[in-house]
Amino acid sequence: MKREIWKGSEAIAEAAIRAGCRGFFGYPITPQNEIPEYMSLKMPQAGGVFVQAESEVAAINMVYGAAATGVRAMTSSSSPGVSLKQEGISYMAGAKLPAVIVNVMRGGPGLGSIQPSQADYFQATRGGGNGDYRTPVLAPANLQEAVDLVQEAFDIADQYRTPVIVLADGLIGQMMEPIVWHDVKKRQLPPKTWASSGRKGREHNNFINSLLIDAHDCENHNIELLNTYHEIEKNEVRFEEVRTEDAEVLITAYGTPARIAITVAENLRAKGIKAGVFRPITLWPFPSKRLREIAEQESVKVILDVEMSTGQMLDDVNLAVAERKPVRFYGRYGGVIPSVSELEAAAEKALGEVK
Amino acid sequence: MGKDWIDAARLTVLVGHFGSGKTEVAVNMAMELGRRGYIFSLADLDVVDPYFRSRDCKHILEQAGGRLIASSQAHMDADLPSMPPDVSVLFDNPAMYGILDIGGDPSGARVLARYRQQLAACNARVLCVVNGNRPLSDTPEKAAAYIRRIEKAAGMSIDGLVNNTHCCQFTEPEDIRTGAALVENISVHTGIPVVCHAVPDWLTKQVSDFIHPVFSMKLYMKKPWE
Repeated sequence: MKREIWKGSEAIAEAAIRAGCRGFFGYPITPQNEIPEYMSLKMPQAGGVFVQAESEVAAINMVYGAAATGVRAMTSSSSPGVSLKQEGISYMAGAKLPAVIVNVMRGGPGLGSIQPSQADYFQATRGGGNGDYRTPVLAPANLQEAVDLVQEAFDIADQYRTPVIVLADGLIGQMMEPIVWHDVKKRQLPPKTWASSGRKGREHNNFINSLLIDAHDCENHNIELLNTYHEIEKNEVRFEEVRTEDAEVLITAYGTPARIAITVAENLRAKGIKAGVFRPITLWPFPSKRLREIAEQESVKVILDVEMSTGQMLDDVNLAVAERKPVRFYGRYGGVIPSVSELEAAAEKALGEVK
Repeated sequence: MGKDWIDAARLTVLVGHFGSGKTEVAVNMAMELGRRGYIFSLADLDVVDPYFRSRDCKHILEQAGGRLIASSQAHMDADLPSMPPDVSVLFDNPAMYGILDIGGDPSGARVLARYRQQLAACNARVLCVVNGNRPLSDTPEKAAAYIRRIEKAAGMSIDGLVNNTHCCQFTEPEDIRTGAALVENISVHTGIPVVCHAVPDWLTKQVSDFIHPVFSMKLYMKKPWE
């Protein structure tokens, strides 16, 4: 099959169109401007709708509206822009609306910097909006995975009737890599009998709403959502392991820092230090069970969590490892990328401290 | 060393579709000018890309005795399309050779309108870098349309084509062969001559007998894990 060179942001946009997304609503922000730019050119050609909204808040509410009619809808932004979308995401979770939200993360807090970051892990996995809700969070580490996950994100969203977040660091949005467009496995999906797309002889109207004034009704609604989240936790956990079978030092990382970690593990192995990498692909549901199993391996002396943040996934790593083995952390913040050499030194230091 | 396509003009402007590899070609051309003993500069005039820019090679250029002309990091990261003031040394110093790395697409090429008169007075040439593995410029028709839009935005015509068909570190001779056929075809469509084929150094030997001239490139624009 033909390899093509794509820039991450435009590839994400193309993947969405290939997945049947026919409504894109967004507002420009670096480092993901090529997503709306590409959508503005290609979405009308695909027979869909592209709207550059007046703000991120407007864009996410347009996604709500489009999703309510049963259309596959998406928005994209970068960190501060995604903060603005949180209310809409909570409303969509409450109204059980499937949609895809792409966050190409940059340095924060606030306006921060335009350089790559991973400091929105808490926002994505804990829910930045109000209420008891969860969103599946998919974190690609290369462009092939990004285009595959974006396509699958639409299926996950439709299967469970939930917003899905694709959490990419800025490097994914801006780098160039070869991609092969292949058929992503399609799921058997239920028909959208709930959609507000016109009554068309149906016995009842369909209402899309997140307001349940009676507390008991609202509690029942929460139980329904909770059961869905348990299903997602059961079915959708995904991760990658590299040389974990005999690792003394286990590096945990997601997104592009995991690729730096893999290079570090190879370098350390060449020096005779057994290093491995555990890369969560779904950040929620987090692959806690498997990480705990690896932590329990006799070979593992220390776990080094690496992030382009001050330590957010670190909470999930600590919850999974549950003090079975020492956990150390190495991070760079605000848009700075860790280098191979500094991460290698951090891994050796961590191992030296526990040996 | 006798003059060839590299030093055929004192100032070379590189344009193209984003992702065509302009920056890699720009850095390699600048380094080659340095090896040939010229006083040389590389100007980063990309107002489109926030990452992976020629200014990332500042250290390498300076070690080779060259000069990087670029806006401050603060200006760049503020998303301001500001031009560095010292671009003017390229126009004022007739002994200096310069490569101007322009942002991708017509939107990036728009900055050239600002320098059109000075560039013309210096007989600068404009080369368009083409990567046949980029889906929006992988046929002669699509590439020719891009070239016309870039020329319109820049207010300048393109003098030559550089075949830079690559697949990052996975480039194979077949990529270069396909790209060579593509640029020849674009050349027929547009009347713009092909000036060279940019090839990663590990493939130079393998492709030398079927394309000419070959520009052997060391890949400087690395990803953090490479």
